[in-house]
Amino acid sequence: MLRDLPWLPPTGPAFREELRALQAEAQGTPAANFVQRVIALATAAADETQLTRLAKLARDIVCRDDIVGLDRIKLGVLGDGTLSLLGPAIAGSALRHAAAVQVVEGDYSRAVQEATDPESALRRAGLDMALVASDGRLLGLDRAAEDADAAEARVAAAFQRIRMIVEGLRPAVRGAMVVQTVVPPLEPLFGSFDRLEPGSPFAMVDALNRRLADWARDGGVVLADVARLAAAVGYEAWDEPRHWHASKLPFSPALLPVYGDLIGRTIGAIMGRARKCLVLDLDNTLWGGVIGDDGLAGIQLGQGSAAGEAFLAVQRLALELRSRGVVLAVCSKNEEDAAWSPFREHPDMLLREDHIAVFQANWTDKAANLRAIAQALNIGLDALVFLDDNPAERAQVRREIPAVAVPELPDDPALYPRTLAAAGYFEAVAFSKEDRERAGYYQANAKRAASLQATGDMDSYLASLDMVCSIGPVDPVTRPRVAQLINKSNQFNLTTRRYSEAEVAAVEADPRRHAIQVRLTDAFGDNGIISVVIAETGHDAWEIDTWLMSCRVLGRRVEEAVLAHLAAAARQAGAKALVGRYAPSAKNRMVAEHYDKLGFERVSEGPDGSVSYRLALTRWVAPNLPMRVEDRALAVAEPTA
Amino acid sequence: MGAVSLSRDEILREITEIMRDVFDEDDLQVSPETSAEDVEEWDSLSHVRLIVAIERKFGFKFKNSEIEGLKNVGDLVNTVATKVG
Repeated sequence: MLRDLPWLPPTGPAFREELRALQAEAQGTPAANFVQRVIALATAAADETQLTRLAKLARDIVCRDDIVGLDRIKLGVLGDGTLSLLGPAIAGSALRHAAAVQVVEGDYSRAVQEATDPESALRRAGLDMALVASDGRLLGLDRAAEDADAAEARVAAAFQRIRMIVEGLRPAVRGAMVVQTVVPPLEPLFGSFDRLEPGSPFAMVDALNRRLADWARDGGVVLADVARLAAAVGYEAWDEPRHWHASKLPFSPALLPVYGDLIGRTIGAIMGRARKCLVLDLDNTLWGGVIGDDGLAGIQLGQGSAAGEAFLAVQRLALELRSRGVVLAVCSKNEEDAAWSPFREHPDMLLREDHIAVFQANWTDKAANLRAIAQALNIGLDALVFLDDNPAERAQVRREIPAVAVPELPDDPALYPRTLAAAGYFEAVAFSKEDRERAGYYQANAKRAASLQATGDMDSYLASLDMVCSIGPVDPVTRPRVAQLINKSNQFNLTTRRYSEAEVAAVEADPRRHAIQVRLTDAFGDNGIISVVIAETGHDAWEIDTWLMSCRVLGRRVEEAVLAHLAAAARQAGAKALVGRYAPSAKNRMVAEHYDKLGFERVSEGPDGSVSYRLALTRWVAPNLPMRVEDRALAVAEPTA
Repeated sequence: MGAVSLSRDEILREITEIMRDVFDEDDLQVSPETSAEDVEEWDSLSHVRLIVAIERKFGFKFKNSEIEGLKNVGDLVNTVATKVG
């Protein structure tokens, strides 16, 4: 059942012992693989008691500033009812999404007061994110309204109350404001007519949730769809009146683990940790049987058998994920030709050659193949999900590469799609045109890589790409993609500073800051926006606060085009130098020498490995680059104040 | 729960294990006289977790009227016994 998080393995007998060991290290000296072991321990179907213990470990981790590899997040939780059980469930679950969360809980029944009082503990807590958990029973939506107008007033008032909490708290929260949808009542009042009668509690909650969705669509908040989760596990399991009557618990505490995972994965997605690539095993995962033994005619796939239909459903889900930007890869123990044959020749296959970005079919172990896939796509191992029906293969991969997500699967293949989907590995908090086309980009990139091998000469290869680099200011149209890049880029990211969409908007409007987005097209297609730079326009020197780039366009000399732009814009404003900083993280070692390569001088180095750089502009000359540059951000560079 | 009924001793043993887990105290000594006052970690929140864990272990759900009157572990064992004994 989904409530038991079937995609996660059971906690196992060594859970408490390993937890105690990690706790001792968290309070003393963490081992080299500490973070990896924390995430691995949390990646199991922990119950509410185990989650409470994991939450304590998370708190110990948040208190230290020397542990790299987990996002440290102070999360405010406020809203309706008794929320005290939610915090530990969220913090314990968030560890499996690489977030160490410390929850600051609002006082019981004082959400509006605390959010709007500038002196409240919540406002002064230094929150990174906040979660607002509302309940229809305390928003006045559990009693019917007498007509459509009264219903509209009731819904508007409930929405206003949530808005007041969010907007009151927002100035005191560094990052995202997450708002839960409201769970509708299970009990019918009119019956089927509840849906038609605007005054019914059911219809009013539905109307409120639609307003919350509109608000999230406009970028105001991030939605956590608890109402949908409640429907998935069943409203009857979710809503236990005895717990509400006794302690104002908003839902059955038996569902704390599945709730905690939803919020934990939402936090992970906001921090850019949603997975990007689904790697598929073949035999008994995408079709029934073993292609090497059964041949094309013998595998079960498609019309004619229930088993065949089940495997088609797995392929269908993979295709759907691909169409929303998840990259597909294959990793199978098979002869390559045999493995390819269904993709090329089976009439019922939905997945075809074109859909797979990287295809690893050989007799090498799967862990090595997964590493090869990550390398070929230039993404981290923690961006992969591996789907395999074989428990032994799953266990081997989990042991060898804990960073790869490997869902447990039930015995019945008919439930594979549901289990994979419910796990939420690819949870989205935004969706852009670039996302939709991402899978295609990776395929085009693979073609480009093949082209490079053919020409052999880097310069003539780059010139042959007919690259056009468009530099422009950040504006409302480009803002969502810019914010997405800012929050998802981990490797080519000099300072890993995260900005919410609202904060990006503030940067756009700030005359003391210069923000640009860079787009790259070439002969194979449009890569979209692939680089973002934000600089503070000081009088004498411009200080680069954010410089990031998509790894898709490494080796194209785009960063040199960006530098040329920054130098020109800074000169235009009268500045004499550019100042840059490298702040090391667990993932950005690739840019440790970025500024050195661009000709900056090292000014100072910090004990944490950070480096400050300076480039004097008086004698710096821009190089010739193998691309056409269209710069629309020079004319709008503001003179320094 | 299965057709086999449990003795009060067996129930007390199971509940002791659960309490040790929920209150995170491996050596917790539990007798019928034990109450929330005797266990530092036993507050209203961990009490909810205790109830959830007992319900999951024995496969039934308490009514509020059954929980409200409980004063000590002995009362708890007796109530569980009426459900599975």
